[in-house]
Amino acid sequence: MAVSQQQASSRDRRTGFVLGVALWLFTLATLWLFGANLHKMPPPASDFAPQIDAILWVILGISVIGFVGLHLYLGWVALSRPAEVRAIYLPADRPKEWLWVLVPIGLLLVADLTFDHMSNKVWGAFFGKPPANAFEVEVTGQQFAWHVRYPGADGRFGRTNPRLISDENPIGLDLSDPAARDDILLINVMHVPEGRPVMIYLRSRDVLHSFFLPPMRIKMDCVPGYTTRMWFTPQRKGNYEIACAELCGMGHYNMKGLLVVEDEQAVQNWLAQQTPFSKRGQ
Amino acid sequence: MAVHAEHLAHAHSESWIRKYVFSTDHKVIATQYIFTAYFMALLGGLLAALIRYQLGWGDQASPLLERLFPFGAQGGVIKPEFYLAIITIHGTILVFHFQTMMLTGGFGNYLIPLQIGARDMAFPVLNMLSYWVFLASCVVMLLSFLVEGGAAAAGWTVYPPLSVHAAAVAGSGLGQTIWLLSMALLIVATLMGGLNYIVTTLNLRTKGMSLMRLPLSTWGVFFASVIGLVTFPVLLAGAILLLLDRHLGTSFYMPTVYIGGQLVETRGGNPLLWQHLFWYLGHPEVYILAIPALGFIGDIIATFSRKPIFGYRLIIISFVVMTILSCIVWGHHMFTSGLNPYIAMVFSLLTILISVPFGTIILCYAATLWKGKIQFTTPMLFAIGFLSLVVTGGLGGLFLGTASTDLYLHDTAFVVGHFHVIMASSVLFAIFAATYYWFPKIFGRFMSESLGKWHFWLTFIGVYATFVPMHVMGLGGMMRRIYSPHAYQYLQQWVPWERVISIFGLILIGAQLLFVVNFFWSLFKGRRATDPNPWRANTLEWQTSSPPPHLNWGEEQPVVYRGPYEFSRPDTAEDYLPQNTPPVGVEVSGNGVR
Repeated sequence: MAVSQQQASSRDRRTGFVLGVALWLFTLATLWLFGANLHKMPPPASDFAPQIDAILWVILGISVIGFVGLHLYLGWVALSRPAEVRAIYLPADRPKEWLWVLVPIGLLLVADLTFDHMSNKVWGAFFGKPPANAFEVEVTGQQFAWHVRYPGADGRFGRTNPRLISDENPIGLDLSDPAARDDILLINVMHVPEGRPVMIYLRSRDVLHSFFLPPMRIKMDCVPGYTTRMWFTPQRKGNYEIACAELCGMGHYNMKGLLVVEDEQAVQNWLAQQTPFSKRGQ
Repeated sequence: MAVHAEHLAHAHSESWIRKYVFSTDHKVIATQYIFTAYFMALLGGLLAALIRYQLGWGDQASPLLERLFPFGAQGGVIKPEFYLAIITIHGTILVFHFQTMMLTGGFGNYLIPLQIGARDMAFPVLNMLSYWVFLASCVVMLLSFLVEGGAAAAGWTVYPPLSVHAAAVAGSGLGQTIWLLSMALLIVATLMGGLNYIVTTLNLRTKGMSLMRLPLSTWGVFFASVIGLVTFPVLLAGAILLLLDRHLGTSFYMPTVYIGGQLVETRGGNPLLWQHLFWYLGHPEVYILAIPALGFIGDIIATFSRKPIFGYRLIIISFVVMTILSCIVWGHHMFTSGLNPYIAMVFSLLTILISVPFGTIILCYAATLWKGKIQFTTPMLFAIGFLSLVVTGGLGGLFLGTASTDLYLHDTAFVVGHFHVIMASSVLFAIFAATYYWFPKIFGRFMSESLGKWHFWLTFIGVYATFVPMHVMGLGGMMRRIYSPHAYQYLQQWVPWERVISIFGLILIGAQLLFVVNFFWSLFKGRRATDPNPWRANTLEWQTSSPPPHLNWGEEQPVVYRGPYEFSRPDTAEDYLPQNTPPVGVEVSGNGVR
């Protein structure tokens, strides 16, 4: 090689020093970036939200340990390179020394199983049977709006049929079904009661959409041909944005709705003011 | 191999075209792959610049944009449908046409025969065909920007029904058909390559090269090829079904829907079927990239720490476990898709468990550094950067693999940040490390170290500054694939972030110019690699001249006596011991190398 061993080795020391410092600075910067900005998350507003956040914090804690641990080590390796000595010789496979790797990995496995268990509990509640007194709403996604349907006084959603869809009948409501007569159909706005479980049935009339409620920490895809569902109990009154999280076409970025969480009585009053779909234009 | 090399060399006095264009020499084919894949990377990077421009300053008109893209950016503002085409093609060509092909078709192709002491691939003509089919795939994909409606715009995952019906999004016209044809070609190329790599690794190893003496690079490409052979055909089948749905009126993926003001009557189909078929490749694809990347990094870390790889067997076992697990975790992309929640729990657990083999390999590499005599060359810097990135990215994966936190984080910027760290950046670092490391072997000249180090620093800082903040935005609820962050009130606080990320992203992209300059300058003007083994490595590719002759070895193929990482043995004067150096006292009748 063109450069002498000694030159090469002093250059290596310099590079190692810069790398070590850089790795530690990156670590601090990353920790700061997270620590200083986590409060910008939408404030939790449902019963699931704090539970999901709790799992996030557990995983975040584990990640900080792994992230900081590895970077401290890498930085130390870079900074402390012995100058002229020969590397120590460790033959490739001495299973006893594998413990240096296997013990931390064992701890990682325990951590994995811990938060997986936490996750399963929330997952089970979210997909399990919702409480019997749930307040029911149906949402049908279209490019690029949310059709929100309430079952009306009979508590039953009327039949729909995609072949009936038109500009006037956006979800193809079949008015020959008696249950459809009092259904209330709105666009991009949903009112739900605080403190009572809300069950949302999700559908789509064209492509995939995903009904996303950031403060509730949940989303679920709207799949044409399927009825998916989500439920949660709103815990805080307020106006929240409904977002579409699944790419659905050129207007995807703007497919926005409004979720209003208010008193049960306020919701009932508001519903009473709405005209059922079948009586529109009469 | 009994064939006499001189005889073979004589037989190779062929025309320039047979030698450098339609060559069956794995080294020439590999070089063709490397150039083509880097070219695609440049295009993908330019598309990334447009994405970052749009997200940072999309609300401001730019006359330059209008001149560059008179159709896509009328009035100087990128149109939403053009934006979606950009993100779709950006993702597709960087994942498939750049990274996949660079790692396997490029470096895998180059290294396997050299590292196992073979003269060429098992099927040289198939190897050549693989490249030309790949090139056709690249050309076809790029042509799609020119057709009516523009390139495919349904995201790189091209979910139906968006990707089926032309009225759903502009790119779902001819552009989507072209996308599918290009992918079909690419899959065929991958299969021809993968088959070759597996057969070659298993059957053409030279005398003494037992499986447990294979360098990790070869192991990495081998396992990636296994995964590719298992999973790529499924996507090919899926793509064909999608083509049938689009053009022949079948409805594998299409229920009856109402799109663009008209009823699309079908006999019933299921959009989730595509998601299964796509992710059955789509997720293993991450490991098709990660495992060779880990392999290359293993070779580089051992060489520049002057130490044997810690836990070689443990790493191979982890590769096997990753290979198996990678094929049974695809459902974690579908937690919120309407997938059966019980199955989702299984997918979630399996996904999280991948952290075990993955973590094992990383810790083995970290342990390899311990008390090594580390040389901070450019390839080693990229290798250490790689270790940093895979840990950062891997930990991000825990948030997404856990089903209930994915309810919140799925389809947010967290996902974008995560896979740009773990897949885009770490694999990119492995590709750069491999390029700086093997460049003197491939082209007989060194790349510039000082330009290389500048390239490393800017890229390392750029990657962290661009992609880590995306995780934070994702926790803040920022959706991915949105054309503009301005529509939502709750996203307003992230608008300045998008701008800062864009600045760092553009610096990151700009820094790659250093690499391009370095690459071409070194190709013609770089310091000559007169020593065939400048890094004093042990693996066989370094024991033949740079660049290696046609058929790789002189008269006879090398004979292997030991594993690939015998560095710093106390009983040798030098701190390395090539695999083909005969042990003291063994009579050798000219093994034809050096």
